[in-house]
Amino acid sequence: MSLLWIPLLPALGVFAPLIAERFGRTACAWATAAAPALALLLLLLNAPAVFRGETLFSSLSWIPQLGLDLSFRLDGLAFLFALLILGIGLLIILYARYYLSSKDSMSTFYAYLILFMTAMLGIVLSNNLIQLWMFWELTSISSFLLISFWHGKTEGRKGARMALTVTGAGGLALLAGLILIGKMVGSYDLEVVLQNGDLIREHAAYPIALTLVLLGAFTKSAQFPFHFWLPHAMAAPTPVSAYLHSATMVKAGIFLLARFYPALSGTELWFIIVSMAGLATLLIGAYTALFKHDLKGLLAYSTVSHLGLITLLLGMDTQLAAVAAIFHIINHATFKASLFMAAGIIDHESGTRDMRRLNGLWHFMPHTATLAMVAAASMAGVPLLNGFLSKEMFFAETLHQHTLGSLSWMIPVLATLAAIFSVAYSLRFIHDVFFNGQPIDLPKTPHEPPRYMKVPIEILVGLCLLVGIFPGFIVGGLLNAAVMAVLPGQVPEYSLSIWHGINLPLIMSVVAIVFGVVIYHNRRKLFKFQSQFPETDAKLVFEGLMQALVKISQRVHGFFENHSLQRYMFSLLMLLLIFAGVPLLDLLNTAGQRPQLPIDSLTLIMAALLVLSAIATVIWHRKRFISLLTLSVVGLIVSVAFAYFSAPDLALTQLSVEVVTVILLMLALFFLPQSTPKESSPTRVARDLGVAAIIGGIIGTINYAMITRPHSSIAEFFLENSKPGGGGTNVVNVILVDFRGFDTFGEILVLGIAALGIFKLINRMKVFMPSGDSNGINWTQDSHPMILRTVSQSLLPLALLVSAYIFLRGHNMPGGGFIAGLITAVAIILQYIAHGVDWIKPRLRIHYQWAIATGVLIAALTGMGSWLFNRPFLTSWFDYFTLPLVGEFELASALAFDLGVYITVVAATLLILANLGKLTTTHRPTMKEND
Amino acid sequence: MEALYAFCVGILTTCGVFLVLRSRTFPVVVGLTLLSYAVNLFLFSSGRLAINSAAVIGANPTYSDPLPQALVLTAIVIGFAMTAFVVILAMRGRGDLGNDHVDGRIPEYSSLSDKEKP
Repeated sequence: MSLLWIPLLPALGVFAPLIAERFGRTACAWATAAAPALALLLLLLNAPAVFRGETLFSSLSWIPQLGLDLSFRLDGLAFLFALLILGIGLLIILYARYYLSSKDSMSTFYAYLILFMTAMLGIVLSNNLIQLWMFWELTSISSFLLISFWHGKTEGRKGARMALTVTGAGGLALLAGLILIGKMVGSYDLEVVLQNGDLIREHAAYPIALTLVLLGAFTKSAQFPFHFWLPHAMAAPTPVSAYLHSATMVKAGIFLLARFYPALSGTELWFIIVSMAGLATLLIGAYTALFKHDLKGLLAYSTVSHLGLITLLLGMDTQLAAVAAIFHIINHATFKASLFMAAGIIDHESGTRDMRRLNGLWHFMPHTATLAMVAAASMAGVPLLNGFLSKEMFFAETLHQHTLGSLSWMIPVLATLAAIFSVAYSLRFIHDVFFNGQPIDLPKTPHEPPRYMKVPIEILVGLCLLVGIFPGFIVGGLLNAAVMAVLPGQVPEYSLSIWHGINLPLIMSVVAIVFGVVIYHNRRKLFKFQSQFPETDAKLVFEGLMQALVKISQRVHGFFENHSLQRYMFSLLMLLLIFAGVPLLDLLNTAGQRPQLPIDSLTLIMAALLVLSAIATVIWHRKRFISLLTLSVVGLIVSVAFAYFSAPDLALTQLSVEVVTVILLMLALFFLPQSTPKESSPTRVARDLGVAAIIGGIIGTINYAMITRPHSSIAEFFLENSKPGGGGTNVVNVILVDFRGFDTFGEILVLGIAALGIFKLINRMKVFMPSGDSNGINWTQDSHPMILRTVSQSLLPLALLVSAYIFLRGHNMPGGGFIAGLITAVAIILQYIAHGVDWIKPRLRIHYQWAIATGVLIAALTGMGSWLFNRPFLTSWFDYFTLPLVGEFELASALAFDLGVYITVVAATLLILANLGKLTTTHRPTMKEND
Repeated sequence: MEALYAFCVGILTTCGVFLVLRSRTFPVVVGLTLLSYAVNLFLFSSGRLAINSAAVIGANPTYSDPLPQALVLTAIVIGFAMTAFVVILAMRGRGDLGNDHVDGRIPEYSSLSDKEKP
C-alpha cells in the first residue's frame, strides 16, 4: 500500500505551496518540499526489496469494466527513475527558492513543479499502459505551464507552444501504439505485456506499433529529427531547464525505451531505427553545441547529444550496451543538472548568458567556477569522474557492433568524433566563461550567489566525484537493480572499475580529449567556417508551418461555413437526398402486401383542398398575410385527417395548437415586414423547386412503402395493460402519463424552457412598430369592439368548464392535460384579444414563470411520490371509490401528473403569447438591471 | 387511400422544403410549419391508417396503434414551442440587425440582375 503513496503524496502536495505562500518564501519552499521528501523516504524504505530483484505491485480498482485499474509497480528501473525525480526535484526546490525573484509567483511555480513531479512519478511507476499514457500527457501539459512560466516573454510562449505541439503529437502516436500493443497481448497490464515480448514481436502489426511507440519516445526525448524543440524550451526559468531538460522529462522517452526493452527490442527494425536516430542525434547535438553563444543553448544541444548517446546504446544489439545506457542515465542527470544550475547562477549574478561577453568569472565567483568546472569535466569524460566511466563503456560497446554489417566500423569512429566535439564544447563552457580575459559590458558586477543556492550543485558534483572514484560502492546496487528490470533473467557480466588497463576504449578517450583541445584551440576558424551556412531558426520554420496549417484549415472551414443559411440548408437537403434516396433505388416493389383502404369522395375533396392550400401558400408566400391564411387551412385539414384516421386526441391537440399558432404568427407578422421582396433569381427558384420536388417525392414514396406494408408493433402491450395496469381506457393518454411518463416529463420541461427562452428574447427587444398596414392605411385607434368583449367574457366560464371536462375525462376518453391546457390558454387569449392588456392586467395576476415552475414541480413530485412506496420514478397508482350522489369514481396518481402537464402548457403558451402581445402596448416587458 | 395519404405528405414536404430555402425569415417559418405537418403525418402513419378504431378500450372492435399517436401528440406541442421560438428569434433578429434576411444581412452580391432589383 505504501507504493500508492509515492505518487499520491506529491499529487496532494500540489496544493501545499498555494496554501503556504502567505507565510513567506522560505516557508513556502519548506511546505513544498515536505511531500516529495516523504515520498522519497517511502521509496527508500522499499530499496532492500527492490535491490534483491523483487517487483512490488499495488493497485486500486478504477474502471474494472474497461480493464482500467490504478496500478503501480516498483522494480529497479522505476526505482532508479523515481529516485532521480524525487532527489533532484528536492534539490531544485531549494535552488528555485533563491533563483526566483520577488516578482515571480513562487507558489504557482512550485505548484506546477510538483504537478510535473507527480506526472513523472506516474509514468515511471505505472503498471498499466493507458495509465502510463495519461501521466505521459500530464507531463506535456505541466511542462508547457513551466516553460511558459514567464508568459510575458514571446520566446517563452513560443517555446512552450512548440514543446507542447511536438510532445503532444508524439503522445497521440504513443497512445495509438500502446493500444495496438494492448490489443496484441489482450491486456493493458504492463507486467503481462513485458512477459509476452515474443507475441508482440511476431505479430504482423509489430512494425506499426513499434514506429508509433518510438515516435512518442523520440519526440519526448528530443531525438533527431524532433530535436529542435528542446533548445527553444530553454526560455524556461533555469530551475525548470535543470529539472525537466536534464534529469526528468527528456528522460521520459529514454525511460519508455528502457521500459519496453524486454517487449519490443531484439529485432532488426528496433536496432536500425533506434541506433540510427541515436547516432544522428549524438552527432548533430555535439557539433551544434560548440557554436552556441548562449550558455543554456550550449547545454541544451549537449543534452540533445547525450540523449542521442543513450538512445544509440539502447539501439545496440548487445546486452552490455543496455547496462551502459542505464549507467549513463544516472551520470548525465547528475552532471547536467548541476551544470544547468551553475549556468542559472551565472545568469542570475551577472545578468547575461552570452559567452561572448562572459569572461574571466573565476575572479568573481571561484567557488561556483570550481563546481561548474568539475561538472563540465565529467561531461567531457575526464577520468576519475562519472562521465568518464559510462563513456568508456559506450566506446567499448561501439566496437562490438554488427548492425551496419561491413560498415559497422563507422560507429566507433563517429562516436569518437562526437566525443571530440563534446570535449570541445565542455572546454568552451569552462574556458570561455571563467577565464579568457575580462568580462565585457556585463549588466551587473558578478559575485557569489547566496550560500544555499550552491548546496544543490555541491551535492550533485560530490556525487559525480564519488561515483567516478568508487563506482561499485556508490551505484553498484542501484544499477544492478535497474539492469535486472530491463534485462530480466539475463543480467550480463560487467565491471564498474575505473581502470581496465590500456585498451581501445581508453585510447579513444585519449584521442577525444587531445583532439577536443585542438579543436577548441582552433575554434575561431571553425566558427568562421560555420558562419558561411545560413542559420535556420527552428522557431520561424515551426511558426510558418503552423501558420500554413491554420490558413489551410481556415480555407476549408470557410468553404463549408460561409454564414449563409440557405447554403447550409441546401447541403443538408442534398445529404438527405443521397441517404434517403439512394436506398430506394434497390426497392423493387413500392407497394406492400397490406390491404389498402378505399377512397371516398369526401376524403378526395379534403385532400384536394389540402394540396391546393399548400401550393397556394407557396405561390403567395411573398404576400405574407395571405400565405398565413392558406397555411391555417392546411392545419385545419390535418386535424380533420387525424380525426378521420382514428386519432381523436391528435385532432383535438392539432386544432387547439392551430389556433394558438395562427394567433402567434399574426402577432409576429405585425412586427415583421408585410411582404417578402423578390430576391431569388429564376435559376435559383427552379433549382429549389427541383430539390423540393425530389425530396417530396422521396418522402412520399417512403411513406407509401411504409404504410402499405404489414407491421407488428409493441402496441399490443399497451392495449392489454392500459386498463388493468394504468387504470384508464384512453390508451394514448395512459401512454403519455403512465407508460412513457418520463418522456412526457421531459417534453413539458422542453416546453417550459422554450417559453422562458422566448421571454428572455422578448426582453428589451427593439421592435419595428409600423403605423399602418402594407397599403398605407393607419391602424384603427378604436377601442375594443363591444360585441366581442361581451361574447368572449360570457364564453370564458364555458370554455374553462369544457377544458375541465376534457381534462378530467382524459384518462378514459379523448382529452387530457395537453389538450385541456391548450383550450384554457385559447380561452384566456381570447380575453386578451377582446379586452386588451390594460383590462387583463389587474384581473389576472398570474406570474407565468412561476406557473411553469409549479407545473413542472407538480409533475416531478408526483413522480417522486412513488419512491415513498419503494417503486421506481413515476409508477402510477389508482383505485375506485364510491360516493353518494356521484357514484363510483376513480382516483389515479396519473391525474396529478396530468395536472402538472396542464399547468405547464397553459403557463408556457400564455407566457409566449401574452408577452408578445404586450409588445404592442406600453406594457413591454423590460428586465431590471439587477434581475 | 394510402396512395392519396402519401401523396399529400409528399406535397406538404415539397412545399415546406421550398419555403425553407427562401431568404427571408417569415417564409422559412411558414416552411417549417408545413414541414412539421408533414413530419407529424408521416410519424402518425407509421401506426398504419385505420378508420373508426380509436384507441379507447371498449369503444370499438379494433384499435389503431396508440404509440405513434402519443409520440405525435407531444410532437405537436413541442412543434408549437419551436415555431414560437423561431419566430420570436426572427423578430429579435430584425430588431437587432435591421433586416429580416436569414443571414442577418442582405448580401451585397445578389443573384438578380440590376433591372430586376426592386
